Amino acid sequence: MALIKYKNVQIKALSACVPKNINRNADLGYLIPEEEIEKTINSIGIREKRFADKDVCSSDLCFKAAEKLIADNDIERDSIDALIFLSQTPDYHQPATAPNLQHRLGLKESTLSFDVNLACSGYVYGLSIAFSFTSQDGVNRVLFLTGETMSKTISPKDKVTFPLFGDAGTATLIDKVENEVSYFSLNSDGSGADVLNMPYGGYRNPSSVEGFVEQKDKDGNIRTGEHLKMEGMDVFNFGIRVVPRDIKRILNFSEIIIDDVDLIIYHQANKFMTNFFTKKLKFSTDKTPYSLEKFGNTSSASIPLTIVSEMFEKDKYPNRNNVIMAGFGAGLSWGTALLDLSKCEVSELIEY
Amino acid sequence: MELQEFISNFADQFEDTDASEITKNTIFKDLDEWSSLLALSVSAMAEEEYGVSFKGDDIRNASTVEDLYMILKNKS
Repeated sequence: MALIKYKNVQIKALSACVPKNINRNADLGYLIPEEEIEKTINSIGIREKRFADKDVCSSDLCFKAAEKLIADNDIERDSIDALIFLSQTPDYHQPATAPNLQHRLGLKESTLSFDVNLACSGYVYGLSIAFSFTSQDGVNRVLFLTGETMSKTISPKDKVTFPLFGDAGTATLIDKVENEVSYFSLNSDGSGADVLNMPYGGYRNPSSVEGFVEQKDKDGNIRTGEHLKMEGMDVFNFGIRVVPRDIKRILNFSEIIIDDVDLIIYHQANKFMTNFFTKKLKFSTDKTPYSLEKFGNTSSASIPLTIVSEMFEKDKYPNRNNVIMAGFGAGLSWGTALLDLSKCEVSELIEY
Repeated sequence: MELQEFISNFADQFEDTDASEITKNTIFKDLDEWSSLLALSVSAMAEEEYGVSFKGDDIRNASTVEDLYMILKNKS
């Protein structure tokens, strides 16, 4: 059971960057009957998303966010010992994107850097990896970059995915601190690998003419093999089965009760689903910040983007001592963390 | 699990459709209010009330409310 406790490590600072270009769900009349659009928007909670230009990658959004974080907090570049880049939309299949970011950001050669491939659970997983390194003697600061250009993976003719996903890049700086404890629960269930997947373009089904043929599914959605496919109901059922349970597990592990929790920051999947979790946990929706109305589901970037977008102003959500983060998605993979954000410096959201 | 109770729980998920319109023989996908999001509500209800969840294909393969009830019954 991957229940992990880290001591004397914290999130020192957070920043995020979104593309300027807005894609509005109200404009999806070609895909969803006009009379259903407003209802759908209200139910999923997503009004618009940001889509990156053709020549902008996840790494570029993360780079901008990282420069903002470094400038806002006067961070000595040489004080950063590790760089983790977590994304499913890297620059290339080979090599990893992290070393290139190390170079672009002017970090020292002794920086350890690598990529991680995970989807919507990625922020919690990546944070745990960063906390783990930071707990070691030789590492004082880790820069954890996570971003996605989901817009490049979805079909504009698929009403399951197209209204949901958007793009963002984020930067999180993790460092050492006195008297701090945080808790993580990390999980996986590969039996649900087909629930969210892009069947072609890897090495099981390499890119091929066949993989680029448009196919219509039983519900009339049109995708190629290199578009993300999602079984909405199965994802929903997966979420309601595992997320409230994992939050309860973290509460048990950390020996606090739900009433002591200041905030739950969910991966911004869709509001209908996460409000259901809140109800199941008998928690208050006043303490579950949402950014998805403006940015949609940005996969692994959605939790840090929500913090930057909704918690930049200190008087909004003033209590930040016991913060739960819950990430869940493709893999299937899910993770929950309980940590303190009261001393975390949040930068203002920037645009690319 | 009772069929009548299931029908009533099923009907509760609708806002604009009168409960009296929904019987065991209703072809639920023909109801004006039916949508993929309503399907999620139905699944959430099944999870909450019966501790069982529908799969996407369960809903696709069912035609009447009674079909859904039978699928659920076979799972629980």
